[in-house]
Amino acid sequence: MSASHLPDPSVIRGLTQRRLGRRDALRMSGLSALGMALAACGVQGQGAKPAASAAPDAVAKFWTGKTKNGHVDFANWPLYMDPKKPELKKFTAETGITVNYQEVIQEMGPWFAKVQPQLAAGQPIGYDLMVITNGIQFSQFRDSGFLAPMDHAKLPNFTKNAAEAYKKTAYDPDNQFSIPWASGITGIAYNPDKIKRPITKLADLWDEAFKGKIGMLSDTQELANFGLLANGVKPADSTADDWEKAAEKLKEQKTKKIVRNYYDQSYIDALGRGEVWIAQAWSGDIFQKNVSEGSNLKFVIPEEGATMWTDNMCIPITAKNPLDAIMLMDFLYQVPISASLAEYINYVCPVPAAQEQIRKDAAAASGEDKDYLESLADSPLLFPTETDYAKLHYYVTFATPSEQQEFQKTFEPIVLG
Amino acid sequence: MNRVKRQLAPYLLILPGSLWLLLFFVVPMFTMLSLSLQEGDVVNGYRFTFHWQTYVDAMEDYRTQLIRSLIYGLIATVVLIVLAFPAAYWIAFYGGRRKSTYLFLLLLPFFVSFVLRTISWKQILADQGPVLSPLRDAGLVPDAFHLLGSPAAVIGGLVYNFLPFMVLPIYVALERIDPRVVEAARDLYANPALAFRKVVFPLALPGVFAGVLMTFVPTTADYVNSEVLGGPETTMIGQVIQKQYLVNSDYPTASALSFVLIAVLLIGVFAYARALGTEDVMKVAAR
Repeated sequence: MSASHLPDPSVIRGLTQRRLGRRDALRMSGLSALGMALAACGVQGQGAKPAASAAPDAVAKFWTGKTKNGHVDFANWPLYMDPKKPELKKFTAETGITVNYQEVIQEMGPWFAKVQPQLAAGQPIGYDLMVITNGIQFSQFRDSGFLAPMDHAKLPNFTKNAAEAYKKTAYDPDNQFSIPWASGITGIAYNPDKIKRPITKLADLWDEAFKGKIGMLSDTQELANFGLLANGVKPADSTADDWEKAAEKLKEQKTKKIVRNYYDQSYIDALGRGEVWIAQAWSGDIFQKNVSEGSNLKFVIPEEGATMWTDNMCIPITAKNPLDAIMLMDFLYQVPISASLAEYINYVCPVPAAQEQIRKDAAAASGEDKDYLESLADSPLLFPTETDYAKLHYYVTFATPSEQQEFQKTFEPIVLG
Repeated sequence: MNRVKRQLAPYLLILPGSLWLLLFFVVPMFTMLSLSLQEGDVVNGYRFTFHWQTYVDAMEDYRTQLIRSLIYGLIATVVLIVLAFPAAYWIAFYGGRRKSTYLFLLLLPFFVSFVLRTISWKQILADQGPVLSPLRDAGLVPDAFHLLGSPAAVIGGLVYNFLPFMVLPIYVALERIDPRVVEAARDLYANPALAFRKVVFPLALPGVFAGVLMTFVPTTADYVNSEVLGGPETTMIGQVIQKQYLVNSDYPTASALSFVLIAVLLIGVFAYARALGTEDVMKVAAR
């Protein structure tokens, strides 16, 4: 890992825009709603019974006869890899497999809606590898039978290097259908110039002293999580009753006009402009904002707990080059490769040993690069400690689609006021 | 042979347009109607069951947003007429040789994408932006006052974004008025105000009508302005529909809401057309 490979400040500045770009682009393309209706019409669902776990022979059935084709089509979110793609170049050099890397995933709901018709018809979607956030759509992909089962015999680096926490997740126990790309923490960010006391807990988001200066996320799952955690309920264990209570709590925050607005990634700009002083925030965004603009925002994991999300690499069941795809997945779990990715994307790295690697890289670097890498290696936002992990919870997981609809119906009226 | 050709010609001429409408309007509308009556979820599939309950539920959940959209659309349209009429009038009667230049200047901002223009409004109306900062420094507004997230910001954005669609039709109507008609009114002892009221304004009405059609419908259905400039209590029906389609994959609710919106808009437009007189509508259509 050479220093020359670090992003220059303008690139890092661009990084803070990452999530803004992701969601806004599709949200604005209003016309596609019409096309969506046509596409959706007449498409049958797949999951007669939710396939939370794969049949025992599924792995063998899927992987038998699959051959290396020398090419992978990879669909990922924007700014999730150095634009020069050094990691992919190394992969091609080592294996001879070429990678067509496209930043086509902007938001989960629309991505699912886009590829669902082809997958349901058993047709390839043009990608062999895609990065899916654990959440409603992950379950939808899984329960529809759209994800290829992972053959762990082909994932030795993952087995060796991935943190244990990522091997027993609620959304994909034992990594039957996915392995993580990167994770992030949803916590609280605040501006210490405006707020004189330290913010430590979720209850601070209900403090009327900050009336009109608090920003919450418009994503129903993210919003609901904070309502649940504020009530002392772990999202993953929550019931419909808990949802009602959490919704009440969140409505109270809204009717008392404590919440200024419900934001997508634009919360980061609202924080920067001083429109809000405290906001529900994603860890990587705050770190990047501070690094790139010299802002002094604080990010805290609240006492009551926070949530963690994981973007996962999955192989669509209709992929043309699944073997090449799984080779790439495993390749990315080599410690130096994983460290190199983490140095660019600034989100939680699923490979603990990458921390040591980044320290080594820092020792080899000099000047600003050295400071930058050192701050990365010590950042709890890239490498949370055990205590941090203990406070982090995963999203609500839904047993049935109707449960998920009920959840949406409970929390949506808060955002769509 | 030639006669057959001649008889067929009109049909051949309307064929491409009709096919286009059939393929990209009738078929999707039909599909959407079918979707709105289906039941199920995206994983297990939606089945057609004449599930009218979706309409009932959708109206129960999102009535507020629908009514709000109609009110915003109405206010925006009225403000547009008030702003656009004088501008169009001035360009048509006093623009002289520079008429096209003025029209071009009016259209110039619209060479920039709709979304970008709206986002720039976000900067202008920001708490620390060029509008509010001086007002706050001068003590004219309280510290906590803000524009972004308020209905005023959303309606302001709508008015700004749809201004040319009101100015142009009114301008076209005014521009066609023969100046001699106005002179005749003056010769018959009408003062300028009376001449305007009795001659110019009625002749401009078809333009206003066209302008209203071109602005009321899209402003009511718009979702970009409320998404970018709005707050927790300014959600418009377009936002709800796009969220149901593109985020929740809840196609029946989205389709049902779309149909209700189309129905309400059609009823509104027809009522308006009746009130204003169908003759004018025909005139507009004939132009």
